[in-house]
Amino acid sequence: MTIRETFERELQRLQDEMLILGSMVSNAITESVDILKRRDMDGARQLIAQDRLINEKRFHIEEEALILIATQQPMAGDLRVIAAVLDIAHELERIGDYAKGIARINLMIGEKPLVKPLVDVPRMAEKARSMLERALDAFVRRDVEQARAIPAEDDEVDSLYEQVYRELITYILADPGCIEGANYLLWVAHNLERTADRVTNICERVIFTVTGEMVELGERNSRLLEPIRKT
Amino acid sequence: MTTLKFLLEHLNFYYGGYQALIDISMKIPDRQITALIGPSGCGKSTFLRCLNRMNDTIPGVRVEGRVLLDGQDIYAPGVDVVNLRRRVGMVFQRPNPFPQSVFDNVAFGPRVLGLASSRDELVWLVEKSLKAAALWDEVKDNLKQDALSLSLGQQQRLCIARAIAVAPEVILMDEPCSALDPIATLEIEELMKQLKEQYCIVIVTHNMQQAARVSDWTGFFWLGKLVEFDETQAIFTRPAQKLTEDYITGRAG
Repeated sequence: MTIRETFERELQRLQDEMLILGSMVSNAITESVDILKRRDMDGARQLIAQDRLINEKRFHIEEEALILIATQQPMAGDLRVIAAVLDIAHELERIGDYAKGIARINLMIGEKPLVKPLVDVPRMAEKARSMLERALDAFVRRDVEQARAIPAEDDEVDSLYEQVYRELITYILADPGCIEGANYLLWVAHNLERTADRVTNICERVIFTVTGEMVELGERNSRLLEPIRKT
Repeated sequence: MTTLKFLLEHLNFYYGGYQALIDISMKIPDRQITALIGPSGCGKSTFLRCLNRMNDTIPGVRVEGRVLLDGQDIYAPGVDVVNLRRRVGMVFQRPNPFPQSVFDNVAFGPRVLGLASSRDELVWLVEKSLKAAALWDEVKDNLKQDALSLSLGQQQRLCIARAIAVAPEVILMDEPCSALDPIATLEIEELMKQLKEQYCIVIVTHNMQQAARVSDWTGFFWLGKLVEFDETQAIFTRPAQKLTEDYITGRAG
């Protein structure tokens, strides 16, 4: 028995809860794009409803974290773990909102066909999901190197985003009638691009957990993204 | 670090054959609060008592190394120990007022040392000390009351007033709040923050949160050694030594 067995058990449980939230969110991202691809309205409504579970999970994690702080007076490394869990749970919840947003767009497009077949968008989703899962894995293993490496992959997501953007512009130029439909898809891509950005934030928290240093990772160097972010 | 008050160089301390402090070098800044933490028996109280030679009264003790107060070795031959203890006052774990009036408790030191040349000056000195110890408002209407009739928290502040009355430069506190309730504890902590404007304060505490709340610098002692000494914020957020982290997170000790 260690001196703080109960505390250690509770701290572990808090991290496990966060990983459960992580897998809920990661599934939601893949699901949202699959649903859009299938044009599955029921699936979209179901995913929107399930976002409530993600939000509840996040609040539950917050509550447990605050109870640990109030009752156990964690210090140093322990306090950093709890602070990181609070922050990562927030990032995950927001990623869940992006997935919900994609499901909403599916409903908004309604019965109309997509302006173009989805090729790069599922790739973005797959990439973002893979980054998210490995970021959470880095947290579990306290792997600073992995956490530092993942944000570089954000560039791939950014360039896929730019590709989708350019492609949709050519559609719009060719047929202004598809502005609305193209805009919807652009928002889908935007949500996925933001997902990858939030994974970078999670990686920053992993480094903070291990070293206590607040670092900013990832060069946000996409020329396309700047004007969008300023809005 | 601001102005240095104490400089310790390779301090070793022995109770007969037992070495209680091992090769301690440390710089204690003036007008800041330095907290000493560590498990029972790690040497932190012994260390505190080295700073005003309170250990001298214990038979068989031996001190090696140097303890410089404002650059003067307090263990050098010819040092006036009474004057040293006036300059370096001490507040203990349990409040220990004399069984006398509140006034006489505070006036005790100045009377013995002849610090006041008239009754008026003594009255002024007592009032000033009680004010500095944040006790004046609670006792000013009845300075003749028995000190032992005060609450424990008030008694501890009275002891602080008594220490302040002889115009010290350093106040050593050996677990000054361990016998007090949470409110009295917070009052003493607030008081310490005011006092550090004028004095160098060194506090031994078992209460990690207290060390984190009040101190500017923290030293972690373990088995007679100073394991780590750094700014309090660093010690409690990202200590350099694993042993320190294990102790403050409750995994060692």
